[in-house]
Amino acid sequence: MSGEEKFSVIGIPRRRVDGRAKVTGQTRFADDIVLPRMLHCKLLRSPHPHALIRRVDTSRAKSAPGVHLVLVGEEIRGEFGILPVSQDEEPLCREHVRYVGDPVAAVIARDELTAQEALDLIEVDYAPLTTIADPVQALRTPEPRIHDYGEEGNVHKRVAFDFGDVDEALEGADHVFDDTFFYEGNTHLPIEQHASVAAVDPDGKLTLWSSTQTPHYVHRALAKVLEIPAAHIRVIACPNGGGFGGKSDIFNHEIVVAKAAVVLGRPVKICLTREEVFYCHRGRHPVLMRFRTGVTRDGKITGLHLQTLLDGGGYGSYGVASLLYTGALQTVTYHVPRYRFEGCRTFTNKPPCGPKRGHGTPQPRFGQEVQLDKIAERLSMDPADLRLGIVEQPNMVTANYLQIGTIGLAECIRRVVEASDWRSRFRQLPDGRGVGLACSSYLCGAGLPIYWNKMPQSGVQLRLDRGGGVTVFCGATEIGQGSDDVLAGLVAEVLGVRPFDIRCVTGDTDLTPVDLGSYSSRVTLMMGNAAIQAAERARELLASAAGARLEVPAERVDFAGGRLFDAEDPERGMSFCEAVICAEEMHGTIGTVGSYRPPRSAARFKGGGVGPSPAYSYTAAVVEVDVDRETGWITVPRVWIAHDIGRSLNPVLVRGQVEGGVYMGLGEALMEEQVFRRLPAKLSGALVHKFPSILEYKSPTSLDMPEVVTELIEDPDPNGPFGAKEVGQGPLLPIMPAVANAVYDAVGVRIDEVPITPEKVLKALDERARGGDGRFGPSSFPDVGYPEALQVPPPWEGGDGTATNDPDRRRAARTEEDLVTRS
Amino acid sequence: MSDRTKALPARGEHVHMTLSVNGERVQVSFAPYKTLLEVVREDLQLTGTKHGCELGECGACAVLLDGDPVLACLVLGVDCEGREITTVEGLARDAELDPLQSAFADLGGSQCGYCTPGILLTAKALLDRTPHPTREQIREAISGNLCRCTGYHQIYESVEEAIVRTHGAGSANEDGA
Repeated sequence: MSGEEKFSVIGIPRRRVDGRAKVTGQTRFADDIVLPRMLHCKLLRSPHPHALIRRVDTSRAKSAPGVHLVLVGEEIRGEFGILPVSQDEEPLCREHVRYVGDPVAAVIARDELTAQEALDLIEVDYAPLTTIADPVQALRTPEPRIHDYGEEGNVHKRVAFDFGDVDEALEGADHVFDDTFFYEGNTHLPIEQHASVAAVDPDGKLTLWSSTQTPHYVHRALAKVLEIPAAHIRVIACPNGGGFGGKSDIFNHEIVVAKAAVVLGRPVKICLTREEVFYCHRGRHPVLMRFRTGVTRDGKITGLHLQTLLDGGGYGSYGVASLLYTGALQTVTYHVPRYRFEGCRTFTNKPPCGPKRGHGTPQPRFGQEVQLDKIAERLSMDPADLRLGIVEQPNMVTANYLQIGTIGLAECIRRVVEASDWRSRFRQLPDGRGVGLACSSYLCGAGLPIYWNKMPQSGVQLRLDRGGGVTVFCGATEIGQGSDDVLAGLVAEVLGVRPFDIRCVTGDTDLTPVDLGSYSSRVTLMMGNAAIQAAERARELLASAAGARLEVPAERVDFAGGRLFDAEDPERGMSFCEAVICAEEMHGTIGTVGSYRPPRSAARFKGGGVGPSPAYSYTAAVVEVDVDRETGWITVPRVWIAHDIGRSLNPVLVRGQVEGGVYMGLGEALMEEQVFRRLPAKLSGALVHKFPSILEYKSPTSLDMPEVVTELIEDPDPNGPFGAKEVGQGPLLPIMPAVANAVYDAVGVRIDEVPITPEKVLKALDERARGGDGRFGPSSFPDVGYPEALQVPPPWEGGDGTATNDPDRRRAARTEEDLVTRS
Repeated sequence: MSDRTKALPARGEHVHMTLSVNGERVQVSFAPYKTLLEVVREDLQLTGTKHGCELGECGACAVLLDGDPVLACLVLGVDCEGREITTVEGLARDAELDPLQSAFADLGGSQCGYCTPGILLTAKALLDRTPHPTREQIREAISGNLCRCTGYHQIYESVEEAIVRTHGAGSANEDGA
């Protein structure tokens, strides 16, 4: 499109291409698939948080009427996991269960009820082991080990990085702030429960339909565990009824139904119950954090020392990446000249934690933004001014070697300050009412693939037929965010047709080129760039043919309104369909491809693979609260949010993502928590999920949702498709700290912990009334035993992105090998 | 549970009845323990009705029973004989979408689309009874339908737009406009 700014699709609010399907109930989710001769699967899950399996007797279940197959771990041997370094899951546990809900056996029967009842006929003899309930216990209890891999004992992974001499930076500061924060875990709660259907095709190959955000990785795992060539397996990602990161792992049930379909030669379906969805989890890690930040008198950061301790739950999942993400983006919002990050993830006997919207970054974002509020108060500065003074510069390489492009953060701050009338409200509202401000940044796609390779991270194919039809094929997965609409919209813009003229075929490993999946806010940028490349190649073919017919140079052929025409004489032209016919006559069958691979990262130290991204989005938010001093109840009447999106492709969808992020952030800030309790001793004393139900896991309803004033900052980023950056995750991030800061403004207590519940507010108010500092939060940070830090001098201190104390790595970095999988 | 016949009780005969679904009388036979949700999805293949908990907590399975919104997971199929059942498949008039449907599609009222059928039917029941609800009444009406995607505002706006499309501009309630 050669930089022109006149769009016919981009930036115009319109119905998403899959909108009609969604409002007529015709969107086919995985559990909507019904196949002839289909059987139903149920999983037997461990009632023990930690135990060895002595014996499993399935004989009675096998002979029950209506039961077709009973599977145990020995019959599906093979380990899997989303990360190459954490291949620690089994389809069904063979010897060791690691949380309440870990699957042990499967029954495949004529219907769900028969399968469910047959589960009761399976006898499992468990030998309970000591339960590891939290990270501190994990650090102190090396035996029994939950896994026989990892750092040591029940420590999954420890990391440490020094980007410059932080001790010196803190010594040279006018003030050093030392704060500890805790962020409780919470879960995605997609309304769609995970479901999968497996079937053997007429030709003997295997097809799996699943509610997954990552069909490519499911494809790989099925081939590995079932030992079937990947070319004989087809994974179709059905549209997800909400993902939020919760459908990004490979799940036991997907492999079990695939195995069962292969054994039985019949389709097999599973749909998890809501209780099972809570056990699948992979949600927000509970994180304990300590921030030591040095600042000058005028509010500049001299250095930051961040320590994190993560409760990983029973398996690796994305955990190594989650751990690194708790330290990766601290430098992307504000200028941090020197930075030390130390992190640790432990295993515990709870459902595994993984990526939830914001993946590893909301927790330290909460700590940093609340601490900045404290710093501003101590320095008698307005928190908005403090932040405006330290916003990172565009086109910078940060202390930890993240290449930043455009930054709209200062403009975001100015917009929410203005919209909320911040200057006349902050510290000036009546008692019980307050406003709080916070900012954030997020990736537009992880810079590195999960499995190191030099291939594209997103591929798009385009097919044009002589009826004028355009079909676009891409592995990207529609999880509600509108990826199909982005795909169709971009291709339509380039080819001058309407989005509804385009048919999308997506998320199908047989039919579509690989796109790595709907995670890390990567789809719009990566798939979008691939789609534009494919469409521009098609445009060239069409322009050359149409130009020849019109007897004008190809460069003079313009595309708009479903026509190709002479730009200097728009009356002379032809329909898009006629142009395709001309092009077929000239070039043969018309098909093009496009692909995208992110730019090479400047970070070449071990662990530097987490954090790099082609672009970063920025957000600022002001939250207003009313706090009832009698009950501690917090009401949020209004939120102002400004998001730096680069360019808004379909404003209807963009606003939906911003408001959805605000909504989910408020849930995390005020009520949502995935917590556990001990059953009474007479019932086993086991550590169980406190409330695996929607009724008890509180999430905001329409009555809890405040007014939201959304502002979009559009400063196109050169790496984004037409300049677009992400919007799916960033807008969630500032909400939790903005709520905490607003609560302080309202009633003068610091809640250094999420969620901010009435009980905590009351405790802090009570403590303040008794002469205390009016704070609720963790009081200490344990001795984690972090390793010797990798020494990576920042760019402005002569660094080259490698660690000076890792000679192997300095050599290896030259070959650009995977920085995630080797870390 | 050592006696298998006790663990797996012999299934009763299917019940056979005539239901009135989306204005059509259909004959259906199903196991008597099935909920209306299961009958609709499994025996009538009307999979537009969704489920998120089967415990009456999420609102995804809302359908209309004699015009009232009910959670289909909490109603037994056998209790529905002779009653008028409306599912999302019954909202459009032939190929023409209901104004609620077109407004939800146009204004972002539906993101992943999973809670959408339940919310559409809840909103339909509201508008059938209160053609010009306030924003507050819309909020209240859908407070039993959880949506994890939208943050609800585009849902309210979609309902208000549907009112305009039904009754003409200027017809939305002053408070809701």
